[in-house]
Amino acid sequence: MLAHYGYKDGSGDYFIIIDTEKCNGCGKCAEACPYQVLEVIPNDYDIEGDNMASVREEQRKKIKYTCAPCKPVSGERKMPCVLACEPKAITHSW
Amino acid sequence: MTEAKTQEYWRWPEYRYTVPGKDWHNAKSITAGVDIGSVGSKAVMMVDGELYAYSVMRTGGVSEDTAVRVTNWALEETGLKMANINYVVGTGYGRVNVPFAKKTITEIACHARGAHFIYGPTVRTVLDIGGQDCKAIRCDEKGKVLSFLMNDKCAAGTGRGLEVFADLISVPIADLGKVSLSVEQEPPSVSNTCVIFAKAESLALLRQGWPKEKVAAAYHAAMADRIVDLLTRVGVEKDFVTTGGVSKNAGIIQRVEKLLGMKALTPKIDPILAGAIGAALFAQALHEKELGLR
Amino acid sequence: MITAGVDVGAKFVKIVFFDGAKVIGRAKALVGFDVGKSASDLFESALKNAGLTRSDITKVVATGLGRESVHNKPPVNAEVVSEVVADAAGAFYLVPTAKTVIDVGAEEGRGVKVGEGGKVKDFVINERCAAGAGTFVEAMARALEVRVEDMGPLSLKSTQTIPMNAQCCVFAESEVVTLIHSKVSKEDISKAIHDAIASRIGSMVLRVGVEKDVVLIGGVALDQGFLPPLKKELNADIIVPEYPEYVSALGAAIIATKSGA
Repeated sequence: MLAHYGYKDGSGDYFIIIDTEKCNGCGKCAEACPYQVLEVIPNDYDIEGDNMASVREEQRKKIKYTCAPCKPVSGERKMPCVLACEPKAITHSW
Repeated sequence: MTEAKTQEYWRWPEYRYTVPGKDWHNAKSITAGVDIGSVGSKAVMMVDGELYAYSVMRTGGVSEDTAVRVTNWALEETGLKMANINYVVGTGYGRVNVPFAKKTITEIACHARGAHFIYGPTVRTVLDIGGQDCKAIRCDEKGKVLSFLMNDKCAAGTGRGLEVFADLISVPIADLGKVSLSVEQEPPSVSNTCVIFAKAESLALLRQGWPKEKVAAAYHAAMADRIVDLLTRVGVEKDFVTTGGVSKNAGIIQRVEKLLGMKALTPKIDPILAGAIGAALFAQALHEKELGLR
Repeated sequence: MITAGVDVGAKFVKIVFFDGAKVIGRAKALVGFDVGKSASDLFESALKNAGLTRSDITKVVATGLGRESVHNKPPVNAEVVSEVVADAAGAFYLVPTAKTVIDVGAEEGRGVKVGEGGKVKDFVINERCAAGAGTFVEAMARALEVRVEDMGPLSLKSTQTIPMNAQCCVFAESEVVTLIHSKVSKEDISKAIHDAIASRIGSMVLRVGVEKDVVLIGGVALDQGFLPPLKKELNADIIVPEYPEYVSALGAAIIATKSGA
């Protein structure tokens, strides 16, 4: 299941997309994130599913701002959450 | 929002309904689904998986109170009491508080399930447009969620965005969609997605002499554009259906259909009830599971 | 040589006359329904007030959202320059040590990294969303039923921090109404509003990196309540020049002094 967390507003599209088929619930992304954007929770969309990474509810409406420091205008972009994920389950839409 | 003594154009009517000719006395499962939205709250009573009664009202300041009120209103005229209900599932916006619910299930799952009930097993894409959010859900033939996207950060394309607009052009919100469709030629959409800026832009258009229908059309076109953007992110596969209060705005839905090149199925049950129906169905499954264990 | 800078913003038109060494005149007016007319009318009355005529002005450079309304159009007949460039030029002139310029106006928030000689190195713009700029404070002032000018002083009297969950102007208005009904004081609500917008602007500026000296300009810089939470977000001191809302127009006037602007 592809879970899109985030929003589109007048200024653009900002989504963190987690592929729960690929995610193994290891939690490395949550640890790597300097701003506690991510957490590991039970997957209650899928009866067979177990744990999955997710964007914390209180962060979902402001990820453009919270994730801003990890996305400098110039220079190399190294997003800790994406780098930490071995199965490559997490992507950012911006 | 100023509560003027003149007509409140943003206020939509509240209602309840009992399906005639149903007898709950010999039912195996009497379940309730309570969907507390940020703007509207819905309660649905089901008897052995069939719709029995429902109510729709505006969510008040304290959601626990609203949960009680909307459920009691649905029970009115049915002869049913809270004690007769075997299982209640709550759902809705944020950390929902339905104090008498045995379980809370995510609104995404409830909407997918409810959409299947309302529209049938061919449903693959659900667009839910509520009071303060937009959801796009892809599901399989069993109603299992394959992909979802929810946007509750921004008012554009939501019921609240339309309420602001109804106030601006002094048209009752229930008529807004119709008014937007009564133009001869579709004008260019307003260039701002943001409701605040779109409102200012619309005001300027009105001052330029644009008639209400034309401004309504321009605004609805912008909202439809944005909604389709969100849908495209999860991908649209037929059959495509819509749920939520704003799905009753033909001005939005018809424009969305046109942009997608795909028609939405026609509902036989009020689509605003999808979340509550899904919750009531989950309640039934959970109750039957309980019975099975006895 | 006298030059003029015209900043046609989303809410106000600002005009600055510059003689190469100092500002010799300033004017400001609300942008009306007809943007071009508002700008030209103000230009003409500003000239009159300064005892000048259009022919006294060597060059006019316009910036801001509505700059095209006066671009090569009489009587203003301005050339145009982007807001980011004008921001950098104006701030650099007033604060030669400026490295990070933050401009928060009615509809847009900008972060500009200033390089050698006041040139733009990097920039980030927070646009097209009312929650990211001055409109947010204005809308919340309406919800609180206070004047915009009073929002800052109110927030400074706050005694507790309340989080704001809504990130949209429309939803925040409802949230403010709920807070009022829950008997939260206007002072605390105003502080929450300032915290929210400072957090948004601050995190955008982090994308260009914070390097001192940090200069804050634009209409929202006049809001005293904005400064403390922004300083906290950026963990840096912030310089607010005099007449901060005119700095972009000044920048445009300075650019007008250079040939081939």
